[in-house]
Amino acid sequence: MKRQIPLIITFIAGIVMIIQYFIPHEPFAGMQQLFNQWYLIIAAFAMILGIGNLLKIHSGRISRKTSGWGYSIVLLTGLTVMLISGLGWGIERGTFFFYLFWNLHIPMASTMFALLAFFVASASYRAFRARTIEATLLLIAAIVVMLSRVPLGGYIWSKIPFAGDWIMSYPNMAGQRAIMIGIALGTVSTSLRIILGIERTYLGGGK
Amino acid sequence: MTTIVLLTLLYLQISPPKDVRVFDTPNDAGGSITITWESSPDAEGYRILRMALPDSVYTPVDWVDAATKRYVDKVEDGVKYRYIIRTERGSAYADSEPTDEVWSHGNVFHRGRTNVLIGVAVYTTLLLSFIYFAKRGKKLFVRKIAGLDAVDEAIGRATEMGKPVLYIPGLSTISDVATLASLNILGRIARKAAVHGTRVIVPNRNPIVMPVCQEIVREACLDVGRPDVYREDDIFYITFSQFGYTAAVDGIMLREKPAANFFLGMFWAESLILAETGASTGAIQIAGTDAIHQLPFFITACDYTLIGEELYAASAYLSREPLSLGSLKGQDWTKLIIGGLIVAGVILVSFGSDWFLGLFSS
Repeated sequence: MKRQIPLIITFIAGIVMIIQYFIPHEPFAGMQQLFNQWYLIIAAFAMILGIGNLLKIHSGRISRKTSGWGYSIVLLTGLTVMLISGLGWGIERGTFFFYLFWNLHIPMASTMFALLAFFVASASYRAFRARTIEATLLLIAAIVVMLSRVPLGGYIWSKIPFAGDWIMSYPNMAGQRAIMIGIALGTVSTSLRIILGIERTYLGGGK
Repeated sequence: MTTIVLLTLLYLQISPPKDVRVFDTPNDAGGSITITWESSPDAEGYRILRMALPDSVYTPVDWVDAATKRYVDKVEDGVKYRYIIRTERGSAYADSEPTDEVWSHGNVFHRGRTNVLIGVAVYTTLLLSFIYFAKRGKKLFVRKIAGLDAVDEAIGRATEMGKPVLYIPGLSTISDVATLASLNILGRIARKAAVHGTRVIVPNRNPIVMPVCQEIVREACLDVGRPDVYREDDIFYITFSQFGYTAAVDGIMLREKPAANFFLGMFWAESLILAETGASTGAIQIAGTDAIHQLPFFITACDYTLIGEELYAASAYLSREPLSLGSLKGQDWTKLIIGGLIVAGVILVSFGSDWFLGLFSS
């Protein structure tokens, strides 16, 4: 019964969503919007669950003084300060919450994002080492595309911008579309397996 | 003076919109009528006038600018209406002829999606046929996927080293099919890890995905008779912030030094930051996503990458259950059909025949 009820709910919800795509008439019209609203309500309560989990795990780490418990203090302090300032004085522009969000959270998130530039450089170095024929082709294609995107490419040889566009528009686009077709079919196949109850690992266990 | 008056009158004489058409908005749930018209060169804007029969008075409904040539009016189903579109410029105006009577009703079937329905029907039939054959015991060949064959190696390595396995189920929500596919794989990996008594750490960005992950890993441990391996604290929520989550996972990689990292699901700009940090720790890394733009990053920084559909095939591949493998064969055959259609389309369009393209438009 523990498995049956979720499977029945999944089947009914899946079939209803398929039907509403093809039948715009009531009672199916607006069904997607209704389901989305239900999802938002569940998501709101799940956030409470997430915060609860965060409090439980990190307060446990602090009380047990496990390695790295100092980070847990920072996390819980941040959580408490943001929660109190947001609930107490609102989150609009000019509030303490907004100040913290704008001057702490945004710069830290931007810093993490900015690290991407260095990681791209190190990853490119590894990928472009011409050890195999494939890697050499990748290296040549990358150089052509990079040069085609800057004025220097055109100065070196007027055909380089066209070569870069050709690589992006044909071999690259063909590859992307092939992957996209596979993804679309895989999505439908996975959805069907879940709706029909063939795939039920997401309910827990493997059978 | 007379000339000025005549010129002013000529200036004020403006033309109404032409070819005004009204019809029940197609493929909707009802409650709307669509009006289209050819624009007037004199218009500053148009006023929409409506009369609900049996009334005899037109009332203004809305005003739209001169660039608009189509208006969808919200009405009551079953009531008959007539419309007039009025060209306006300053205080001058010119009315179109009143339209024919029109009324709205809901449509039972979205005709613009007939081709999609046929495609879904063909694909579903193929999938169900192969599932049926698999159920009857027919042996189905599925090509090897290196990334999935390496799962055992990765978990074995973690067990030998006494290190945990890190599993990232993507950063998307539970409503994303990639996340569902990832959760299915988590179940398989958690079972294998539980058999060896290896910890699986699952940091979550989404609070709905977290309890599902906990349940999957707990059930997997119970299924293989190792409930002692399950540690609820290893499957936890971090934050909804994209880069806050990334920073936390990077920290876990550097502190815990997992022997195997799995990045399976939906990823955005954080993919390379995660994968490169993982690579720097020396962990064996298996990634898989349907985010096309993140694939090159994973291919570069990870040992194995499941490309697009391989992510969806992974659970079936790992389980080797005939029913799931049957659906994979159905997928392959549908790809073959699509490949055939693409070739046919290229040939037909090259010879100037466009009707084939029409079959695939809405």
